[in-house]
Amino acid sequence: MSDSQLKKSLPIVTRRTAVKGGFATLGAAAFVGAISPLRHAAKETTAAEFMQQHYQELSDEDKRKVIARLEDETKEEYGADVTIGDDRPLPGTKFVYAINLSVCNGNGKCVEACHKENNHDRATNQSYIRVLEMPKGTMDMEQGNTTYTHTVPDDGKFYLPVQCQQCDEPPCVDVCPVQATWKEEDGIVVVDYNWCIGCRYCEAACPYHARRFNWKKPEVPAAEVNPDQSYLSNRIRPQGVVEKCTYCLHRTRRGRLPACLEACPTGARVFGNILDPDSNIRWLLENKRVYVLKEELGTKPAFFYFFDK
Amino acid sequence: MSTTNQPSAILSYPAFLRRSLSLATDGSLRFYAWMTALTAVALVGANAWANQVATGMITTNMTDHVSWGLYIANFTFCVGLAAGGVMMVIPAYLYDDEEMHKVVIIGEAVAIAAIVMCTLSVLVDLGRPDRFWHLIPGIGRFNWPMSMLTWDIIVLNGYLVINLHIVGYLLYMRYLGRKPNPVWYFPFVFLSIAWAISIHTVTAFLYCGLGGRPFWNTALLAPRFLASAFVSGPAFIILVMRVLRITSGYSAPPGPARTLIQIIRVAMVINLVMLASEIFTLFYTGGAHGVSAEYLFFGLHGHHGLVAWIWTAIAMNLLGTVLFFTPAALQRGWTRILACLLVIVGIWIEKGMGLIIPGFIPSTLHEIVEYAPSLVEWKVTAGIWAFGLLILTVMLKLIANVFTGQLNLPGSESASR
Ligand code: SF4
Ligand code: SF4
Repeated sequence: MSDSQLKKSLPIVTRRTAVKGGFATLGAAAFVGAISPLRHAAKETTAAEFMQQHYQELSDEDKRKVIARLEDETKEEYGADVTIGDDRPLPGTKFVYAINLSVCNGNGKCVEACHKENNHDRATNQSYIRVLEMPKGTMDMEQGNTTYTHTVPDDGKFYLPVQCQQCDEPPCVDVCPVQATWKEEDGIVVVDYNWCIGCRYCEAACPYHARRFNWKKPEVPAAEVNPDQSYLSNRIRPQGVVEKCTYCLHRTRRGRLPACLEACPTGARVFGNILDPDSNIRWLLENKRVYVLKEELGTKPAFFYFFDK
Repeated sequence: MSTTNQPSAILSYPAFLRRSLSLATDGSLRFYAWMTALTAVALVGANAWANQVATGMITTNMTDHVSWGLYIANFTFCVGLAAGGVMMVIPAYLYDDEEMHKVVIIGEAVAIAAIVMCTLSVLVDLGRPDRFWHLIPGIGRFNWPMSMLTWDIIVLNGYLVINLHIVGYLLYMRYLGRKPNPVWYFPFVFLSIAWAISIHTVTAFLYCGLGGRPFWNTALLAPRFLASAFVSGPAFIILVMRVLRITSGYSAPPGPARTLIQIIRVAMVINLVMLASEIFTLFYTGGAHGVSAEYLFFGLHGHHGLVAWIWTAIAMNLLGTVLFFTPAALQRGWTRILACLLVIVGIWIEKGMGLIIPGFIPSTLHEIVEYAPSLVEWKVTAGIWAFGLLILTVMLKLIANVFTGQLNLPGSESASR
């Protein structure tokens, strides 16, 4: 259609606007093309997932549906049959952890056990625990090292395992813009993996390097998936959200011990309910010289360290 | 937002918007080339981001150790730009500097574009952008007043709305050929001044409120942010004014630019004094607080990824400051342009790679894991800048058209002029 014809038939459309319209259409098409990889991502997110409410607002009925959906997804994506529980805090329980630094020899069995128990990404060899090798005579982490490969224990060194301290004043919870993470009545700080937006502000706020982000979709071979799971703990996390140690709440709220404790060959780890006057942990905290990390920050850890002598 | 009590004005507002859009996208070949180039870069960025969402943020070079990188660095700088954009409002209205008004509206346009860039920088940093709605008050779960990030979202959006209103209103009144009614914009101007300070303060609180990150945990952070915003904002505006004068004939008298340079001089000196005092406490005391600074300035245990960055920034800032103090800076010429470019880039590095990244190195368990942005991150960031400049260009075009009388209500006062 020539210029004059165009003007005749559509008097309002000048050549300029026509050209601009053409450009706009081209631009829009190019934009759709540019963001087309999003379609792949969108396939992973069902409408039900997208609309899902915050964990604390789900009714029992909702939870049942959500959990059934998550179990199906795990089957589909990982080929594993799993059961996802909704373990709630036990009344009259406040969990605390302690580590005997005189006994810990840095063998790293806890790190490994955590990796398997919590269905961590195999490729990145993730774990919630880091063990620092420290020169004796200092508590200054500046002098620590997490990447030692020699046989342990090394002379003149002691070992400091660090994981989430389940702080009583957790900075990670304060900073979360959407309340995707919170502290439960038994002292465990949890994350709703289906509500977290992945801003990683909590990761910046935690003084103990306790949080991990899922930089990609976790890979776990079907045969290695730990099928005993819970909504707020070790179910396989979606890509793009933050996760953390939950004192293995899928075990401990069912009366078992954390996986890292069971795996520890030296018996350095002690776990229990501080509200129970007859518990081991209570005796220990009352009779040993106990330390917490970075006390000056006011995070009030529920995780303690002690020495025998 | 921009309304008057005259019904005719309300009716012609949609027509105004339509005409503005049409005029703002008209131009010379050079203009189209510029817009096409920006669109192309923005598309490359959009594509990189889409891939990042699909494959996961593993495509960035961030890690659990350095969990914020280029995106948040760029965000921090853009907040400063947005705040600085409105700083000239202070001389313009407080001292009733008539000539400044022509510049103020440019500053507000810069602020609007910068806020859009801020929002985009945060969006691309989210692991789950599809859950963005969790942040919307009412339907999501807003952690207010505890989370500084929630505060930041509130103040940034508020700032955007205020500035959109002021710019829209002033332009519309010009278009109608009427004198703006002070009731409709004066209170908002004062609000935007206070608000400009608040956006940058809250952004500083985002970092300095974290006890576990000694490098950020300093009371000087907010004032330093403000001081550098008073430099980068006006410097950016001087550049924009130059471009406008060359390309569209819209020019402000030389007075306002001189005022801006005075502001820059003072702010830059304050900024450098604070930097020096920070460096003193960090290095004289030593200990854990000094470690990140040592890594940043000199390298630590054989790692020196940021050393080149920070010294470049310092050199640029110092050189820029010196140039600003030369008499030539007060004249229209290359000295001024060069000085502006130097301090803008200098502050961009200082606020970004020089502030956000060293906060994470060494990590809270004192491990050293280094970070340098990946190609994906660079592409996405370039895309955000291109999109911001695209918006700015359209707004400036509109402003120039209205102020030079090309766009006005037929039969209005300015049309007959
Ligand atoms: S250790 Fe870190 S993640 Fe755990 S509760 Fe404390 S601040 Fe939060
Ligand atoms: S990453 Fe998730 S849990 Fe952490 S602060 Fe952001 S939304 Fe909250």
